[in-house]
Amino acid sequence: MQKLTQRELEKRREALVAARAADGKIRLLVCGGTGCHATGSIPVIEALKAEIEKNGLGDRYAVVETGCNGFCAMGPIMVVHPEGIFYQKLTAEDMPTVVAEHLIGGKPVEKLLYKNPVDKKRIPLQSDIPFFSHQMPRVLRNKGLIDPESIDDYIERDGYKGVAKALLEMRPAEIIEQMKISGLRGRGGAGFPAGMKWDFASRSVSDIKYVLCNADEGDPGAFMDRSILEADPHAVIEGMIIAARAIDARKGYVYARTEYPLAIRRLQIAIDQARELGLMGQNILDSGFDFELEIYQGAGAFVCGEETALMRSIEGRRGMPRPRPPFPAQKGLWEKPTILNNVETFANVAQIIVNGGQWYASVGTEKSKGTKVFAISGDVNNIGLVEVPMGASLRSIIFDVGGGVPDKKKFKAVQLGGPSGGCIPEAYLDTPVDYEEIAKVGAIMGSGGVIVMDEDTCMVDMARFFMDFIQDESCGKCTPCREGTRRFLQILEKICDGRGEPGDIESLEELSVIIKDTALCGLGQTAPNPVLSTLRYFRDEYNAHVYEKRCPAKRCVELLKFEIDPEACTGCGLCFRACPVEAIVWKKKEKARIDKEKCIKCLTCFNKCKFGAIN
Amino acid sequence: MRVCRKQTGVTGGLEFKPIGEANMKHLMRPHHPDIDETMWNRIDQIIETHRPRPGSVIAALRECQEVVGYLPVPLMDYIGRGMNLPPSDVYGVASFYSLFSMTPKGRHTVRVCMGTACYVKGIKEVMSRISNEYHIEEGGTTGDRRFSLEAVRCLGACGLAPVMVVDHDTHGDVKADGVLKVLERYE
Ligand SMILES: Cc1cc2nc3c(=O)[nH]c(=O)nc-3n(C[C@H](O)[C@H](O)[C@H](O)COP(=O)(O)O)c2cc1C
Ligand code: FES
Repeated sequence: MQKLTQRELEKRREALVAARAADGKIRLLVCGGTGCHATGSIPVIEALKAEIEKNGLGDRYAVVETGCNGFCAMGPIMVVHPEGIFYQKLTAEDMPTVVAEHLIGGKPVEKLLYKNPVDKKRIPLQSDIPFFSHQMPRVLRNKGLIDPESIDDYIERDGYKGVAKALLEMRPAEIIEQMKISGLRGRGGAGFPAGMKWDFASRSVSDIKYVLCNADEGDPGAFMDRSILEADPHAVIEGMIIAARAIDARKGYVYARTEYPLAIRRLQIAIDQARELGLMGQNILDSGFDFELEIYQGAGAFVCGEETALMRSIEGRRGMPRPRPPFPAQKGLWEKPTILNNVETFANVAQIIVNGGQWYASVGTEKSKGTKVFAISGDVNNIGLVEVPMGASLRSIIFDVGGGVPDKKKFKAVQLGGPSGGCIPEAYLDTPVDYEEIAKVGAIMGSGGVIVMDEDTCMVDMARFFMDFIQDESCGKCTPCREGTRRFLQILEKICDGRGEPGDIESLEELSVIIKDTALCGLGQTAPNPVLSTLRYFRDEYNAHVYEKRCPAKRCVELLKFEIDPEACTGCGLCFRACPVEAIVWKKKEKARIDKEKCIKCLTCFNKCKFGAIN
Repeated sequence: MRVCRKQTGVTGGLEFKPIGEANMKHLMRPHHPDIDETMWNRIDQIIETHRPRPGSVIAALRECQEVVGYLPVPLMDYIGRGMNLPPSDVYGVASFYSLFSMTPKGRHTVRVCMGTACYVKGIKEVMSRISNEYHIEEGGTTGDRRFSLEAVRCLGACGLAPVMVVDHDTHGDVKADGVLKVLERYE
């Protein structure tokens, strides 16, 4: 295909917009993100296409497989565009009904619409559903609207305008200036201003420089970067080309998790399409600027998300961090000046260039500008991907957008920032989303994973969980992290197993200080955070484990007795039927008893019992 | 014909057959029960494509593991020689990244998500139910090589938590109660 110039790109865009207006097709947008694929959106798409074909509706309707729509809890999802009708939890068998009643009959299918959990009323329009109406999509402006495998869908929605402007109308210094004005801070966790980072790298003198994108997304419970790559890969590519221009780099890599096959596939398709149109490769848009981009797949090491380790990994070595300075802006990949930014950071860039830094900075708080994408999961009704302006409160994210805690359970804490982050209790839910404010309450903004926990979660067990993670992922290079996290884990396991002793809690506190001060990289320096934050807000629970050998949330198996309280037992037999190893002794209308010889402490009976009779 | 094996020592005593491929003449294919002729040809191609590119040993190892299923030591040595890298470098990389396995895998790989979202939603019970039923530990393989059990950190499908992936099928919302039924389907 012919390589485009800026004018031809604009012409192509105009033609696409005109063609879409002319054909007047209604677009049926079916979610094809990893989540909806798993719940069966591919058969839905096939059935829908077949049904449309059968009824001869092909000239009026187009079925589009989009990236993640965001409302993952309700998948598979379909949105009828531009009407805005939102269908949820679809199956292939529903498709004849949808086509007959809605597409032909003109009436939305009531039973497939979203049901508001508060008043049980159906809400037909996506824009009226609270999950969507409280959001502000900027990074996610294209999610669920375009086919991520079609560059024309992206171009139609102002795609590659940013690249054209940056390459043909701006000097590198002006790009950096706009980035600084925007106040955009790195979305990968640390929140370092992107403009400043680019500035440093642009000042380094070298014939070769690199632009890297961190798509390693190691924090468990985070899926923002995956969703962005699956829904709008070109936005990330655009950001990287602009960054390359700003620092004068000709080569870039996206370091992607190998666990994300769909994201990698779509990104590769996007790169190939861009190259075909002359938006990548040599002489982009006839500007004289060259840029090549390659995907590099990781191999499953959390620490490779750290910048120096990531570069080592691309060099084909063990991904171990090294001390800084020298900073990557001077000596990075293959010892050349390098910038590394997160997927979401790059996805913001094109819009900043098109609309100006001032526009971007008009939203947010004093020190945290723009919007932030969060992945909400755990014990919350509306699990999914959301984007809110900086400064929104945690409460509004969890309760307004997230819809609160299911099953009438009480909210206990929210975990932010992954293994380097912390747990925030109810009392601090009015904290705004802002790098500094969140740090004040003992967590970090992190990359955007928000995990909600209900009253059944044991906070000591959570601390143990995170320490297990960190201990496992410690690369072993520095002693404080390698040995310190192991000691941490031993003490926490002891406490959870009911062998806690006086002094253990104090040892945890002492260790925290030492590791924080002496570890080599961010992994170790932040390792104590989950322990410190749970100690800060839930010290009672630690005390109950150590001094009373009791787990208030009844999660720590070794501290449970596995006895049935005859007073509370109604003799219903639910536990008897549920037990996988026949450890429950029960006859009709009699009270049940647990045979401790046979019991494997799997908690099945415990979860089944409606009367809380099992201790 | 034998090749000097001094530099590694780990696979001493293995038989080596010369190979015919013109481009890989300098390499001797070690005999290995889990690697057949077509696999070796594939492996040679992989080495060929990656040899000229600095830093591509991770990609080469990944692709070879896809072919064979795991990375036996003689294979790693072979890759090292093919890519002109000392065996210590190849082994160092393979042992660092959790993607690589040096022991054979079962017919089905069960990957249980031990990420935060799945943990909060009770994956621990699912895991122990599988371990108890099939007598396998995390990272282990059943005696009949039916299942390999792996714990992974977040599959990015937290919306479906708790999540388990068997081979290429993602199963969302798995409960300790129902998990064995799901696994029964994989022979
Ligand atoms: C142990 C560790 C793991 C990290 N993992 C990630 C990650 O998965 N994704 C990411 O974008 N940044 C991660 N980071 C942060 C990166 O080191 C780096 O700061 C970031 O990618 C820079 O991009 P940004 O400025 O756009 O945020 C991690 C840092 C540490 C110390
Ligand atoms: S925590 Fe299991 S998929 Fe994310």
